[in-house]
Amino acid sequence: MSARALTAAQSGLVGCKACGLLSRPAALAFLGYCPRCGARLESRRGHSIEYTWAFIVAAAILYVPANMLPVLTTYTTGSFESDTIIAGVISLYTSGSWPLALIVLIASFMIPLGKLVALTYLLMGVQRGGVRNARERMRLFRLLDITGRWSMLDVFVDTFVVALVRFPPVMSVEPGAGVAFFMAVVVLTMLAAKSFDPRLIWDAAIDG
Amino acid sequence: MNTALETVACPGCDLLQTLPPLPHKAKARCPRCGEILAVHPPDPLERPLALTLAAALVFIVANTAPLMEMSTLGREVSTTIVGGAHQLWVHGEELTALAVAFCAVIAPAAYIAFMLAVLLAVRRARAPRIAGELLRWAILLRPWAMDEVMMLGVLVAIVKLTQLATVIPGMGMYAVGVLVVLLCEIMVTVDPREVWSRADWADGRLPRRVLGSARAAQ
Repeated sequence: MSARALTAAQSGLVGCKACGLLSRPAALAFLGYCPRCGARLESRRGHSIEYTWAFIVAAAILYVPANMLPVLTTYTTGSFESDTIIAGVISLYTSGSWPLALIVLIASFMIPLGKLVALTYLLMGVQRGGVRNARERMRLFRLLDITGRWSMLDVFVDTFVVALVRFPPVMSVEPGAGVAFFMAVVVLTMLAAKSFDPRLIWDAAIDG
Repeated sequence: MNTALETVACPGCDLLQTLPPLPHKAKARCPRCGEILAVHPPDPLERPLALTLAAALVFIVANTAPLMEMSTLGREVSTTIVGGAHQLWVHGEELTALAVAFCAVIAPAAYIAFMLAVLLAVRRARAPRIAGELLRWAILLRPWAMDEVMMLGVLVAIVKLTQLATVIPGMGMYAVGVLVVLLCEIMVTVDPREVWSRADWADGRLPRRVLGSARAAQ
């Protein structure tokens, strides 16, 4: 392309985030609302960088207790055993179902960590400017946006294990403090991905 | 079919572009960032309506029938989806219980209910404004309805527990499996732009489809 392609923002237009209608606001200082669906018009998501950073930092802090504290405590007659998320993966592996162990490892350990690293990378690129590989960054963003919800896997596993193993005093399972922290990490990283505006990647691109 | 060319801004990268007339089952992607801009499923309102009605019925089964049953030492324990969240609450994990209830019950229920209302409302050529409003909420809720994640969670839990005792999958689990497929199908068969072309505008203007048919009648 010889002439650089125009974005809506460069043309004084705004695409509605809810219904997609392209409209020309009367004043750029106050964009107002979408005439078709009534959603608030925003050229770029408001305070996208600040919100995303806030969610990432909060998730990173909670990620530590989420992995250190037990998620499940199994009580059998006279003894008990506490399992963290990683201990759960190991026990799945040693019991012979390594494909499931791998799925849980990816969903509860690698996806949240990968999301935090990837969002940090994307945010730093946006803030520094001069982004060269915008298409690849966009692909990375889509990947983390889609995979994020799968981290909830371990929370569901723990829920149903707790709900089923109720045979006191012979055997019972109680949820540990780690579950709440882990759930918070998943929700916060999902909110982080939702508050990140991918259009900022392209605003910072120099080879758009 | 709507043949008028429409200019849009890509939601992924804000690039301005004109949507070409799309053949059936085709998708329009942004040439710069690859985001899907528009879809054109063959039957954009009736088919998703049928699927949503089915999903509503299956949802009821999935939430009332037991997911699975565990038996050991002559005692049996079974649980439903809400039962799982309830047990977390009883054990002092109120926050996690709420999150589980939201992602496994409330968000899917609201999504199905909203889609049902939207798709019933747009059966007429001109739909009230609320149809667009509810569609907005349904799209917003969709990522939080985690039926497929829960399905996998149930399977992992079963494998974990078979080491301890006999675990039998219940009717609810099969219903969740069907629900997962139906929810995916609703997503790929509905065309939100078709809904927007029928719902009244927030500023009181008539929707495009109504204007189009009025012009054709003259």
